[in-house]
Order: sequence, then C-alpha cells, then structure tokens
Amino acid sequence: MPRILKRRETLLAIIIIVMIAGFATRAAGFAEPANLANIFNDTSILIILALGQMTVILTKSIDLSVAANLAFTGMAVAMLDAAYPGLPLALLIVLAVGIGAALGAINGFLVWLLQIPPIVVTLGTLTIYRGMAFVLSGGSWVNAHQMTPDFLNLPRFPVLGLPILSWLAIAIVLMMWFVLTRTPFGRAAYASGGNPTAAVYAGIDVGRSRFLAFVLSGALAGLSGYLWVSRYAVAYVDIAAGFELDSVAACVIGGISIAGGIGSVIGTVLGALFLGVIKNALPVIGISPFAQMAISGVVIILAVVFNARAEKKKGRIILRDRAAKETLA
Amino acid sequence: MRGISQIFPGVKALDGVSISLYPGKVTALIGENGAGKSTLVKILTGIYRPNEGEILVDGKPTAFAHAQAAIDAGVTAIHQETVLFDELTVAENIFLGHAPRTSWRTIDWKRMNSRSKELLQSLESAIDPTIRLKDLSIAQRHLVAIARALSIEARIVIMDEPTAALSRKEIDDLFRIVEGLKTKGKAILFISHKFDELYEIADNFVVFRDGRAVGHGELKSTPQDEIVRMMVGRDVGNAFPKGAVALGDAVLEVEKYCHRTEFRDISFKLRRGEILGIYGLIGAGRSELCQSLFGITRPLSGRLTLDGREIQVRSPQDAIGAGIVYVPEERGRHGLALPMPIYQNMSLPSLGRTSRKGFLKAANEFALARKYAERLDLRAAALSVPVGTLSGGNQQKVVIGKWLATQPKIIILDEPTKGIDIGSKAAGHGFISELAAEGLSIIMISSELPEIIGMADRVLVMKEGLSAGLFNREELTPETLVRAATGNA
Repeated sequence: MPRILKRRETLLAIIIIVMIAGFATRAAGFAEPANLANIFNDTSILIILALGQMTVILTKSIDLSVAANLAFTGMAVAMLDAAYPGLPLALLIVLAVGIGAALGAINGFLVWLLQIPPIVVTLGTLTIYRGMAFVLSGGSWVNAHQMTPDFLNLPRFPVLGLPILSWLAIAIVLMMWFVLTRTPFGRAAYASGGNPTAAVYAGIDVGRSRFLAFVLSGALAGLSGYLWVSRYAVAYVDIAAGFELDSVAACVIGGISIAGGIGSVIGTVLGALFLGVIKNALPVIGISPFAQMAISGVVIILAVVFNARAEKKKGRIILRDRAAKETLA
Repeated sequence: MRGISQIFPGVKALDGVSISLYPGKVTALIGENGAGKSTLVKILTGIYRPNEGEILVDGKPTAFAHAQAAIDAGVTAIHQETVLFDELTVAENIFLGHAPRTSWRTIDWKRMNSRSKELLQSLESAIDPTIRLKDLSIAQRHLVAIARALSIEARIVIMDEPTAALSRKEIDDLFRIVEGLKTKGKAILFISHKFDELYEIADNFVVFRDGRAVGHGELKSTPQDEIVRMMVGRDVGNAFPKGAVALGDAVLEVEKYCHRTEFRDISFKLRRGEILGIYGLIGAGRSELCQSLFGITRPLSGRLTLDGREIQVRSPQDAIGAGIVYVPEERGRHGLALPMPIYQNMSLPSLGRTSRKGFLKAANEFALARKYAERLDLRAAALSVPVGTLSGGNQQKVVIGKWLATQPKIIILDEPTKGIDIGSKAAGHGFISELAAEGLSIIMISSELPEIIGMADRVLVMKEGLSAGLFNREELTPETLVRAATGNA
C-alpha cells in the first residue's frame, strides 16, 4: 500500500498547494497564514467526521448516519445545557461522545448481528436519528442566548494562536493515526475490508471489527455534534443536513477505497482539506454556491475515476508478475 | 470432437482428447476430480475455445466462437447447479434470449406460455409456466432446464452431474426423461460419479484421466473394476514419498463429530508427525469437516480432544489459540488481504505474540515476517510491499508463512497442490514432509490419488458426509480409495 498511496497523497497535497496559490492570485490575502488557519478551523469538524467515516469504510461498510447522529447529539447537549446551566461542560462533552457512540453501536449491532447491509442500516438510522432530534426538540431551536457562555466559547478559545477546535482536530488526527496503525483493532479494520474471508481464517472477528468501527464513527459524530452546535451557536433539527456525503467525499478524494481495506489517515485529512479549501475559496473569488456544489461533485467523480484507475493498474502488475514467474520457475 | 487440447497457463487441462457422441445414445463421461471433464463441457458450450483440435457436428467442422454459437449449433448443457434466474417465471427461463415475438417485435407472452406448457407436458410435468422459478424444487428446476434445451431444439444435451442434488425418486423421474430424449434422437453426454446410475442410463462411456481420454467403449459389457482401473491406472509408485517419521502419541482426537447438514459421525485420531489424508469426491464434506475443526462453522455434537484435554473450538481464534490452523483451498481468495503489505499479512494471525501491551510492534512483525520469508525463500522487493504485487507462487509462500508463524501443532491443508505445476508440487510435498518430520501433525485434504497415496500415513475416505473407511498406509491403493469414495463394494 505505501508506495502507490503515498504518491497519491503527495499528489493531493500538491494539488491543494497549487489551488491555494492559484486562489491567492485572484484574492489577495488568501494564502496568508491567518486565512489558512481559518480554513483549517473551518474544516476541523469535517476532518473529525471523515476520520470516523474512514474507519467504517476501511471495513467495507459505510456510515450514512453520521450527520443525523451529529444533529441529534448536538440538540441533546444544547438542550441539556439550556435546561441545566449548572452542568459542568466536561460532563456534557463526555455525554456527547457517549450518546454518539451509543447511536453508532445501534448501527454496528444491526450490521453485525442481523447481517443487514450497512448502507441500508445507516440509511434507515439516518432518518430515525433526525426524527429523534425533532421529537426531542419538538421542532424548536436552541439559540445562542439560551446556552451558557462556557458551552459556546470553548471551541473558539485560542491556545498558541489556534482555537481549541483546531487543536482538537489535530489531536484526533494523531489519535486516529495511532489507532489505525498501532493497535490490533486498526489492523483488524484493514484486514476485514481488504479480504473479509481471509480475515476470518486469520482469527479476526470481522463482525466485531465492523461494530467497533461504527461505535468509533458514532463517538466522533457525537463529539462533532457538540462542536457544531457551540461553533454555530444554534441547534435545530436540520443542522449539518447532507454533511454525511461530505464525509464520504473527503474519504474518496483522500484515496480511501470504497471497496474497503485501502487508505490512510493523512489521505482522509487531505481529502477534507481539499473540500475545505474549495468551500472557502469559491465565494472569495465570486462563484455562486450552486456552482460550488457542482464543482465539488465533479471533483468527487474525478477522484473516484482516479482511484479506480489506480486499482486497475494493480491488476496489471499481477499479470505481468505471473508472466515473470513462468520464466523464473 | 477430435483431438481437443486445452492449455491454461502452466497447466494442460486437456490433451488431445477425442470423444464421439451418437444420436439416441447416452455417453457417460467418467473421471476423477480435475480430470478435465468440466473443461470439456466448457469447450463444448463455447465458453472456452480449444487451443487445438476441432469439433465436428454431423461431420462438419464447427467452431464455437462464443456461448451463443454453441447454442445455435444445437449444443446445450444442464449444469449441476442449474444456471437459471430465480426471479423470472418458468416460461421466461425457458425462452430467455429466444422468446417468441409478436408482429410488433414485443414479446408474445401468450405464445411463450403455451409453448412452455407444451414442452413441460412433453416431459410429463404439470409445472405452471407462469410461476417464478424460485418456487420450484431442485428437481423441477432441472425439468425447466431440460425444457429450455428442448425449446432451442438442442441435438446435443450435456448433463453435468444432474443427479448430485436429487433424491432417488427424482432421479428415477429424470432417467425416464433421459430415455425420452434418447428416443427423440438426442445425443447425450452424461457426467456422473455414481456408477450404479451410469450403468442404469448410459450406453457408452469415455474415461478421462489427467486431461486425456484413456478408455472408451460400451458400458454394459465393461465391468466396473476395469473402469476404476482406467480412472486411476497409473504408476502411483513413490512419486511423492513421505520421509520416514516415527509417529508419536495422539495429538488430536475427533469423536463422533456431527454437523447439522454437512457431515455425521466422523471419528479419527491424529498422531504427532502424522499426515492424515482425507479423500473423497467433491461435495463429500471434507472441507466442511475441516472448517468446523477450525471453528468456521460449529459442529452439532461431538468431542474434540487435544493433547488429552477436551477443547471447545467456537471460532478460528479458539482454533489458532489451541494450535490448529487451516490453509484454505482458495489461497488467493481466502488466504490474503491483497492490499496489505507482506509483513502485515504474515503477522495477522500472530498479532497476540508480536504486540506488546495491546499495541502493535512493527519491529516484531518485521522480524517474524523476515524469519519465515527466509525459510520459504520468498522473493519480494521489500516486506512492506502489498501482497497483491507478488506473483502467485510467492503469494502462496506468504500464506504458508503466515500459518507457520503461529507455531501450530496441527496444520490442515486443503488441496495443498491444486493448480500448481508438477515441479512446484514436488517442492511442496518435500516441504510438507519436512513439517511432519519436525513433529507437526498434518491433515491433508486432497483429490489427487498419487499425492494422497504417496504422502499420507493414513487416509480417511469420506462419502456424502459420512466416513467411508479409514485406511492404513499399507492398504492404500487407488482402487480401494476410489471404491470407498464412490460407494461401490
């Protein structure tokens, strides 16, 4: 995996740098460190969500319920904070992660024990979790003035020039890199997607790996729920609508194979940053939001074509080696 | 057809085979697993094109460029598992691809259904042509497949083990239909492993062995023993000698192992340094037995004793922990995660030993991979390249290395040399002997008689999920094994 992929990741990094340079010629100050830090901060939640999504995709599954999970969890903690301003913030954050993980566990159980295809499970829970957010709130909003200042300010509190939100994203990137490359669970996730049958024969519980991936994805979605609500200082049923597709797109652009088993944390981060740069740049250079969506779509398809071609090339290598074996043996 | 050869890269599947089919006659095609029967069927139905030789229909040379060309020439095959469409109706299945059309070029449903009904009635069947195929029994599906063959006015009908999934009564019905086809002047090629059936239905026979036609004639006048001899008749000798190993105590004891659907009452003992062969026809339950020993499936009842202590194997983790490993038959498909690097594939079942305090230690994994890569002479640019970039032979080495790295006591090999050319086979056998000499106990599933007779200390023969005998080394002859496996005393 490293060689081909590393090349793809460097390529993606280069494209992002070229894009930033290009935008800078049209909009002065775009490449200023402050603006770049801003873009990173803007993309932080997407990075966190996409890393959870990536873990799920690695196991040959998909989690379409992340944004709905985010909306429900965000609503739940916002309402708690509004109703009981005395609750410590740390407890609320732990709750957000816990609620998110529980929702992820529901996905995981359905996939693991009932053997329902993940896309069907999470398409269902996507609607259910949104619906739960509506039932919980009765359709009303939680506005900035109802939330406590601590609740709202934590993510923007600057530390060493960067807001805590950015630091949190960096910490989670490091954590996910460690989990996926240094723990048996990470290895099991790659193996479960790379070849589920071989994984079973190697004594890996594929169902359990998928379950854990969904729990992890849910936990990160729950955390994102708090971050989203406090960052935008409002909670309502439809927050982050459609954001699950952004998280999948970040993975695909970052070279995570939808067929499972291939991909890296750094690829996902770059994929998310790529989307973040486009989102921030297009309004600056005066392109309408509708064109933005079309452009994002084109980029996603290009990325898929690119991935498909890279995987095809692998097939040719095998054949060539087979031919080589004939002469070798 | 005459002088047909089919060469696959590295393996010659058919070598100058000639067979003749006659109208109104049933010709039995007999041979061991892997003798080239299926390859011949694929050539006759236009799926493969022969590298040499020709197919003559009514004395005229014919080339089947693709499957449709074979159908146009009147050749049709009814496969073991019928290749039909569950969700379509019976009539649609019969006429798929050549449905009657109306003058508007749309499908003439009325005519299609009535024609289907006629065809099925000619087979003495009252199946309603408008019901969906999935609601039919396997025997009824065979009838639909036969009706399809009739609908395209096939003159040559190939039946590839059509009775494998049928009950005795359904077989009788099928045979009546085959008799009917005979009187209609169809030429029938009938592939089966069951001698009693062949003697019931077939007129002529052809025996295949190792991709060659080694005998043919009139079945009725040929005793079964002679056919068995043709099937196996080769100098088995000591082509694959197992080194002399002093057998130790029993390591594994299997008592009355039963599975709900696949096998029943299997018992055997495996001693240290022993190679126990398991022989049987495809579908005899050999792999299923071994998969349940490895914890992929759960047995219904039975006891498993390892080193004198009873153990429970509920999952592959349990089996690996107990020192039992299973090298699957489809090593490419079931053995490796191709996108993952060599060293990660190698260490996958051994992560418990290479990790420290629950975290992976890449250095330990590399050390483990290097050790077995050297031992197996694995050729790769680096241990960090994806396994998918390796050649087939080297991929096999990764699979073997991965299992040896778990330091097993018992290693189960499922068709260890299937699809490997002769030279590599000998090396493979040498290596298996070496492992036995080191005190490993080996269970080897094999369909190749020379291999199993040459290598095994004892052989368990399975037939239709039951044990059909346990033979000691000195009793091993091709005839005894084939007779036990095909169930004719």
